[in-house]
Amino acid sequence: MKIVVCVKQVPDSAANLVAENGVASWGDAPLVINPWDEYAVEAALNMGGDVTVVSMGDENAKEALKHALAMGCQEAILVSDPALANVDTQGAAKALAAAIEKIGDVKMAFFGRQAIDGDAGITPAQTARVLGWPALTFTASIAVDGDSVKVERSVEEGRQTVSANLPAVFSIVKDYGEPRYPSFMGIRKASKAEIPLWGLTDLGIEAPASVVEWPELNNPPAKDVSVEIIEGGSPTEIAEKLADKIMAEKIL
Amino acid sequence: MKTWVYIDHFKGEAVPASWETIGAAKSLGSDVTAVILGTGVDALAKAAFEYGADEVVLADNSALEDFRVEAYANALSPLVTDAAPGLLLFPTTSRGRELAGMVAIDLNTGVLVDVIAMELDGDKVVATRPIYAGKLLQKTVCNASPQIITVRGRIFAKPEAEPGRSGTLTKVDVNVGDAPTTVEGYGESTGGVSLADAGVIVSGGRGVSNNPNLTPPDGMSDDEAEVWRAQQGFALITDLAGVLNAAVGASRAAVDANYIPYANQVGQTGKVVSPDLYIANGISGAIQHLAGMRNSKVIVAINKDPDAPIFKMARYGVVGDLHEIVPALTVAMKAKLGK
Ligand SMILES: Cc1cc2nc3c(=O)[nH]c(=O)nc-3n(C[C@H](O)[C@H](O)[C@H](O)COP(=O)(O)OP(=O)(O)OC[C@H]3O[C@@H](n4cnc5c(N)ncnc54)[C@H](O)[C@@H]3O)c2cc1C
Ligand SMILES: Cc1cc2nc3c(=O)[nH]c(=O)nc-3n(C[C@H](O)[C@H](O)[C@H](O)COP(=O)(O)OP(=O)(O)OC[C@H]3O[C@@H](n4cnc5c(N)ncnc54)[C@H](O)[C@@H]3O)c2cc1C
Repeated sequence: MKIVVCVKQVPDSAANLVAENGVASWGDAPLVINPWDEYAVEAALNMGGDVTVVSMGDENAKEALKHALAMGCQEAILVSDPALANVDTQGAAKALAAAIEKIGDVKMAFFGRQAIDGDAGITPAQTARVLGWPALTFTASIAVDGDSVKVERSVEEGRQTVSANLPAVFSIVKDYGEPRYPSFMGIRKASKAEIPLWGLTDLGIEAPASVVEWPELNNPPAKDVSVEIIEGGSPTEIAEKLADKIMAEKIL
Repeated sequence: MKTWVYIDHFKGEAVPASWETIGAAKSLGSDVTAVILGTGVDALAKAAFEYGADEVVLADNSALEDFRVEAYANALSPLVTDAAPGLLLFPTTSRGRELAGMVAIDLNTGVLVDVIAMELDGDKVVATRPIYAGKLLQKTVCNASPQIITVRGRIFAKPEAEPGRSGTLTKVDVNVGDAPTTVEGYGESTGGVSLADAGVIVSGGRGVSNNPNLTPPDGMSDDEAEVWRAQQGFALITDLAGVLNAAVGASRAAVDANYIPYANQVGQTGKVVSPDLYIANGISGAIQHLAGMRNSKVIVAINKDPDAPIFKMARYGVVGDLHEIVPALTVAMKAKLGK
């Protein structure tokens, strides 16, 4: 059984992002594997098959791939083509679906829940639609039985149990369990790995038409708050004053 | 421009953001058609008219009883193709997002996800959406039709319902086709107010366990004692939340230390929320936490460290021990609210 996990390279979650001349800048904060995707890698590795990790991006994305290799994935593929540089989520889904098809014989394709840069959270569902596979998203636990699979999904209203047949697309949420750390041996192996690069010709697809554009990037309006510290002689007095302030906001 | 709004619901109960989305569509000056899929959902059509829909397209089909995204997309995409609205809006729930995404694939168009502002440029919607967890804002457009947009909850005002208001109701047959998943059931619902819809959130962080005055029962390990202390602390938070009809939130540190389930986590890798009032107790204000709650209207921080970064975001702050302030605040709010 072949398993694929899709990972994205993103600026660290602690990075301070600023729009400079319409371009996002994160200073010298590192690029890391998307934190959600570590959960996806963890789930993929637990399925007991050969795991291929795929990332679409530029050369930098090799670092995310190496992280996944160091965690234990067997192979890595970088999907990269100038024509894919600024594709929208539909384009990303089509390219990732093509890579999954080219790998061949894939039964399970794992995704993170959301990328912390683009924040769309729809690439897994869209990739599933392109492939014609069920989308088992927000998955917290997975039980495979032959060609059928049962998952528990974390949805707004609580837990939902869903069954389907493989092949299927999964997106993994934090309730699945904490991702493992890369092992020392894994890191050594990953540092030497040759990572093949697949362009559009390798994928056998035309450049996906990107219909979504994001022509303008701005810093959020500065929040004009200076905190008013509530003081008093006793907790009761402080609470009384604070309660008055809250009531005066007329939001309750 | 002909505008369709998808009404998201869970087992026939509409999420409030669905009505807000009707309001958002109306603010663009267009007539609104609400589209409702499900089983036995006539009551939603009535509500949609009352919240401002001019038309309702309703597909009642037993295969649509549980929300299954493939089934819903199979039903919705052909309806949209036939009616050809220029704009198709969804509320940004996990269902709305994914359904929008699949319909976009079917119709060869794009989605602008989790939008917080919209303006018209001719027939094109220029939408603003937060990226990098709201650290930046992006203006974005969709150059294909329909323009699909998911609208963030609690940003656009919910229209006043006009009882008795009605419009044209069209019932349609849909072919759900091959939907590859089966919903086997639902776990116990967690109850309480959901974070996404909450007007008020009371949150706790690692500081919730920091009450040396409590003596844990004999025989507990250090970890168990910490969780036990945290539970006493979260009980104070839950009491305050009860008085304010609020949802309970938490920092990741509190979740990771097993004080409270992950479903309560607020932040970049938890829930992004925008209540009217957010009370942060014993939360330092790490950038990943701020990303999840910075759009709250009024932020109150209670923390014993005067230098905690959370105070930079807050309108009101109390430098003190949450175990003293929170119960006192519960009493004070109870009195003010006449409860
Ligand atoms: C700053 C910025 C703004 C953008 N704005 C938009 C926009 O408004 N609309 C739009 O359509 N596109 C936008 N894009 C492009 C979009 O980010 C990419 O198409 C991306 O690959 C998918 O969207 P996402 O990052 O939101 O991923 P999500 O849909 O949030 O990702 C979910 C999961 O899909 C997988 N995944 C996503 N991208 C990749 C990848 N490149 N390689 C491997 N796996 C992946 C990961 O497992 C990830 O956890 C933007 C990109 C950036 C950097
Ligand atoms: C990839 C990534 C994603 C993350 N995502 C999230 C996320 O989604 N949400 C999130 O919250 N964090 C997230 N974090 C973690 C974040 O960086 C912080 O570690 C976390 O928010 C800290 O939680 P805290 O404020 O409860 O704990 P601490 O930082 O330990 O702060 C505890 C605070 O409590 C105060 N305190 C202690 N005792 C008392 C008392 N008795 N009374 C009053 N105050 C007291 C202290 O002064 C301190 O300020 C993420 C981190 C990473 C790396």
